[in-house]
Amino acid sequence: MDQLTLSCPNCTQPVGESDRYCEVCGIDLSAARAASADPRSAAPSPTPATPDEDDDLADDYHFALDAFGTPAGPSSSPAGGPAGASPAGGVIGADFGTGPAGAAGGAGMAGAGPAGSTHGSAPGVGQAAAGAAGAQGAAGAGSGATGDFVLAAPLLATEVEGPEAAAVSVPDPWSSVAVGDSRLCVGCGAQRIDTDGYCEACGLAQPRPRDHQERSLNGVCGVSDRGHRHHRNEDAFAVAATSRPDGNSAAVAVVCDGVSSATRPDDASQAAADTASETLLEALESGEVPETAMTQAIMSAAARVDALATEYEREPSRNAPACTIVSAVVTEGRVTIGWVGDSRAYWFPDDRSGSRRLTVDDSWATRMVEAGLMTEAEAFADPRAHAITGWLGADAIEVEPHITTFVPDAPGTVLICSDGLWNYAEAAADLAAVVPADARTKPLQAAQTLARYACDRGGHDNVTVALLPVDRVDPPEPTMPDHPPTLVGESLDSPTIQLREGES
Amino acid sequence: MAKLTKSNFPQFSVDIFQNAYLAQGANEVNAIVTVTATGGGTSAALPAAGYGSPLDGPDAAVVIAVDCSGSMDYPPTKIRNAREATAVAIDSVRDGVAFAVVAGTHEAKEVYPGAGQLAISSPGTREEAKQSLRRLTPGGGTAIGTWLTKADQIFTTRPDISIRHAILLTDGRNEHERPDQLQHTLDRVQGRFTADCRGVGTDWEVAELRRISSALLGSVDIVADPSGLAEDFRAMMEKAMGKAVADVALRVWTPANAQVKFVKQVAPVVEDLSGRRVDAGPRAGDYPTGSWGGESRDYHVCIEVPPAGVGDEMLAGRISLVVPQPDGTTEVLSQGLVKAVWTDDLNASTKINPQVAHYTGQAELAGAIQEGLDAHRRGDLDTATSKLGKAVQLAAESGNEDTFKLLSKVVDVVDAKEGTVRFRKNVSEEDSMTLETRSTKTVRVKK
Repeated sequence: MDQLTLSCPNCTQPVGESDRYCEVCGIDLSAARAASADPRSAAPSPTPATPDEDDDLADDYHFALDAFGTPAGPSSSPAGGPAGASPAGGVIGADFGTGPAGAAGGAGMAGAGPAGSTHGSAPGVGQAAAGAAGAQGAAGAGSGATGDFVLAAPLLATEVEGPEAAAVSVPDPWSSVAVGDSRLCVGCGAQRIDTDGYCEACGLAQPRPRDHQERSLNGVCGVSDRGHRHHRNEDAFAVAATSRPDGNSAAVAVVCDGVSSATRPDDASQAAADTASETLLEALESGEVPETAMTQAIMSAAARVDALATEYEREPSRNAPACTIVSAVVTEGRVTIGWVGDSRAYWFPDDRSGSRRLTVDDSWATRMVEAGLMTEAEAFADPRAHAITGWLGADAIEVEPHITTFVPDAPGTVLICSDGLWNYAEAAADLAAVVPADARTKPLQAAQTLARYACDRGGHDNVTVALLPVDRVDPPEPTMPDHPPTLVGESLDSPTIQLREGES
Repeated sequence: MAKLTKSNFPQFSVDIFQNAYLAQGANEVNAIVTVTATGGGTSAALPAAGYGSPLDGPDAAVVIAVDCSGSMDYPPTKIRNAREATAVAIDSVRDGVAFAVVAGTHEAKEVYPGAGQLAISSPGTREEAKQSLRRLTPGGGTAIGTWLTKADQIFTTRPDISIRHAILLTDGRNEHERPDQLQHTLDRVQGRFTADCRGVGTDWEVAELRRISSALLGSVDIVADPSGLAEDFRAMMEKAMGKAVADVALRVWTPANAQVKFVKQVAPVVEDLSGRRVDAGPRAGDYPTGSWGGESRDYHVCIEVPPAGVGDEMLAGRISLVVPQPDGTTEVLSQGLVKAVWTDDLNASTKINPQVAHYTGQAELAGAIQEGLDAHRRGDLDTATSKLGKAVQLAAESGNEDTFKLLSKVVDVVDAKEGTVRFRKNVSEEDSMTLETRSTKTVRVKK
């Protein structure tokens, strides 16, 4: 495993040969490689970095931050580089930043995680050390303990072989760059970052792994970004793929949005997303019908978030940890959605005609409209519009997951997202205009486009998007339910109304 | 934790209480820093012989300076009580601790053991010391600066002893040296030892003794009734014996372009340390806190930071406790982080942390009392009444019962909630001075 001996020239995090960005410090590795090809720094001995090199790194890093949307964009990511070795689909280090002001933002924090667990799921970026191998798509992804499922090659495999990929073939002198914490501050460029993740000169908090995350598997991908106005990413997501006992594949995505007014909402959303994803996979693998699997998943996520209330001391004048959840399962041409709160699911057929929302928010605005007290426009203009009436967490009186299933009659894409996206394009038709035409075939790019869309419009909230392409469409059968989504587990008229401030 | 072999070295912990959320454009970060030292010192329950061992040499040194000016003879019970109190204090000195007694007038005379030395406490030396107290006879003036200088000279003979504490007893104003002379002495000796000051009777000046005790990081109190001296001396000495580590400093690191607006100790008493900053490397400064035993103190740190954009997070301050090492380096005992997070969520940014609010109120309470009594002395009854009314309100609100009781000896409380008060007729000088002396005492946040 040669590539495991490589380390980031900036923060010494082990990195893969084909990684374009360091998953810890976000530095542009290809640029660093180019810099290290400079005769000044090509010395093979493990000498400490010279000031010259450091300057180079600083420049390179800022370049990386500014590289948002450059032609070298995410599509040319190396996921498919050594594609054969990367069956789980690469974890993409994209240069998706938080905008031109990005110096202070979460820019460049290419989210990366172990692309393959035994389920082929990608549960979390927190496992960073292992992520070095995971990012490489190695680690026996998908073929692990269950041994019953091998993920197909990544979708983007055909698009790689860019100049960066060529650069990789150059011998890597930078594996010998000095060890030591010489990361550079994204704000002032100072060289010393303390162990708490703050710059020792200007105090600015440095980008964290959760600031920006991307994950892509065959059949499902997700992107999450901190946005511009929140100091941390309280959204979380999980994407996973597995196979059913009958051999059919199943793709799973979960998006959770932590309630800002609660204690440690970021932990709540991560716990919920991970738990729901694990539960879904287990249930689907054991042959459970998707609707039941979905209910189990949401209930177990709810129980997990409930438990957090006792694990953490509650922050003063804050509620117990809480989050929303929306989840989608695509298997055998059927789409099953489950949700609690105001995170949403949409369906976009390839021709975009008949694009529609699949969920009904648990929110104050929705209740007002449902009750006929306000028009939708009036309700959404109200400051209370975003107060949610359903959530996972110990303060929730009763969690009643909404479940809906439909069978598409044409290929298309399922989108699930936090309100950080739909705040900027609420109606399905408006959002359809933003979803790239090739979203089904290039879902990661589409997810990136959507997240960037929200950031470009202000990024007032954390934004998380997951896409699940639906390629296979069974010929319509008379017994199949028709288009309109059916709400199962109707709870909109439940007698108790709880209101909670969501993030605006 | 390294190289600290003394078994009685306390463990320090730092807890930060703050609302890190700032509105757009806001630039002031407030935090309460609670420093708790546990497991240190020798508890009062230990037998006197348990402290130190002859092989190690003494860990602590104490100098008792007793006012012997002529006024101590009026009434004669004053000097008698002072002698008795000093005897009790001597009895409280643990075996192995170095000590000396100084008689203070317009000059300082060594009473025991003499020749600029410290005696090592044992049953024999304590008895000798008590015998020598007969030599405490009133006569002469008062120049506290000379007492401090003498104490410093005595301490200097044993530079190996790190915990150095003086106890000062006086009954009158510092009449025989100029204020600037005293200040000069304070500037010279501060940081070399700590000192508690006690004023007997009502002829001394609170502000003067407070200046000394503040500079020397000790306490000031009134002993209005000389018969209470002995008990007070015993308590002071026991507290001094409980100290396990000296010269602890609160180190405040702030980022570039940020400024420390103030650093105040706010519990157990209010003490502004802002002017005591000593630079400690880039963007850091040390604020002295003196000696520590097993105890807990709170500090209010206010930092002005350059405002950043909504969604940005900044480390506004890194608060650590440092103690100097014999080799000239400092060791960091513990630390906490003060953060700033800019948000457009008004709900989050407008909340005031309960600890910050509480101690802001306690500092305001101390200020209101001092200003009120000042105004009263000037004959400005309106201002005095309004200030003390505010103080009554603040004391009642925050549950500072001791201060409330002291206030109600000076004013009649008509409505504590509204802060409506009337000055009492014939307020005794004793009550008024007690209130002033103890105005800086705070209570902790009700949980």
